[in-house]
Amino acid sequence: MEAAERARPAAVALEGVGRSYPRRGGGPVAALEGLSLQVGDGEVVGVVGPSGCGKTTLLELVCGLQAPDAGRVEARPAVLMPQRDGLLPWLGALDNAALALRVTGAGREEARAAARPLFATFGLEGFEAARPGALSAGMRQRVAFLRTLLAGKPVLCLDEPFGALDALTRAGMQAWLAEALAREARTVLVVTHDVEEALVLADRVAILSPRPGRVVAELDVDSPHPRRRTDPALGALRERALEALGEAVGT
Amino acid sequence: MSGPRRALPALALVLALLAAWELYARTGGVDALVLPAPTAIAIALWNDRALLWANFLVTAIEVAGGLAVGLALGGVLGVALHLSGVLRGALYPVLVASQAIPIVIVAPLVVVWFGFGLAPKLAIIALVCFFPVVVTTLDGLRAVDRDLLKVMRTLDAPRGAVLRFVELPAALPAALSGARIAVAVAVIGAVFAEYAGSSEGLGFLMGQAVPRLETPRAWAAVVVLAAFSVTLFTALGALERRLTPDPRARTP
Repeated sequence: MEAAERARPAAVALEGVGRSYPRRGGGPVAALEGLSLQVGDGEVVGVVGPSGCGKTTLLELVCGLQAPDAGRVEARPAVLMPQRDGLLPWLGALDNAALALRVTGAGREEARAAARPLFATFGLEGFEAARPGALSAGMRQRVAFLRTLLAGKPVLCLDEPFGALDALTRAGMQAWLAEALAREARTVLVVTHDVEEALVLADRVAILSPRPGRVVAELDVDSPHPRRRTDPALGALRERALEALGEAVGT
Repeated sequence: MSGPRRALPALALVLALLAAWELYARTGGVDALVLPAPTAIAIALWNDRALLWANFLVTAIEVAGGLAVGLALGGVLGVALHLSGVLRGALYPVLVASQAIPIVIVAPLVVVWFGFGLAPKLAIIALVCFFPVVVTTLDGLRAVDRDLLKVMRTLDAPRGAVLRFVELPAALPAALSGARIAVAVAVIGAVFAEYAGSSEGLGFLMGQAVPRLETPRAWAAVVVLAAFSVTLFTALGALERRLTPDPRARTP
């Protein structure tokens, strides 16, 4: 793999990582086994794999929420954006985003002042006071993403960020996120089961095998942003990605 | 809101029960000294209104104070049991067991410890009503979404911040449900406390009236207590709705 030769220093490095969970009435279930993956500083890496292949485990390892049973996980400070938005229903959108600063000691007004400009930048102006229940699913994900950004960590771990959205909203949100990531220059690890989503967003796509998950292929995506799902260059990569996934699944 | 309309079924039920009761008492089903007719109770309510009011004020202060102590104790214990697994393992069974002790057994002890003033009443009421608050608060705190807690960890939120910003607000509706149960039993606690030793209050009044065969007066005191209970319960429900507003709304 040429990926390891990248000049950028690694923000996330996983080496032969294994993680298994105890199972009731049986032996342990291996979620990940022998997984190695490097993410360069400022790189956006998409992780694609069949459901149940340990993608969420991978992100929790990177975020330091779990420790590996085997191998090595090294990562700069990372923040998690969970699959469901994880917003607090009793707070307005602005306060939800600003929560990232409040929990580490910032005052209410200070945190709001830091979050407010982002609402304008990321198309949420006018929704500052709306509670999550009054926002569309897409809007909630945007607020959750802003909270993730405001945490100020170098690494963002996005777990199926648009998994709960309908196809149309999803396409719009992918374009929005691609633009946001271009503006923010963070290291991003985005987990998805949607190959096209990964190709639209990421600089590189890692394909995971079914459980126990390990990286079976890595594809560089060189097309310039903004990308469209219908981009012919992506089409070829999509074929390769699906082929790798198919081989991994064993069909 | 159609408050009056919603109250109709309750009103109809109460009237039906009263009618049945009146009929039962009048047809001589049981001695009037044991169970007076509702009309006799109503007459006692009117005739003894000054006496009932004066004693009601005493009991109301005891209930309010005892509830405040009980709710605070219950809330603090709920949070403490949530924060410490060791404490939960050690104290939770003891608390459950403590609820099996009839208050009449411990009431004299409380009087020995706290004397005959307001303090023993507060202690007994608090003892009677703190437990539901512990249980519902603890359950509310433990039911917080695991994913949300993971996010808080990656946001580097200290334990205190997680409690303040996430767990406590999330557990508030559950804690208030416990508080409503507490309100309903606090009044009974007050009666027990006054029975155990006092010279005023509605519980004391009942204790005096029953042996003197002034049953309508005792029942009138019960009516006042019941009305007080319903009022507190309703007020707490209103508070709960205020504190846990519609999540679809906008922040003020």
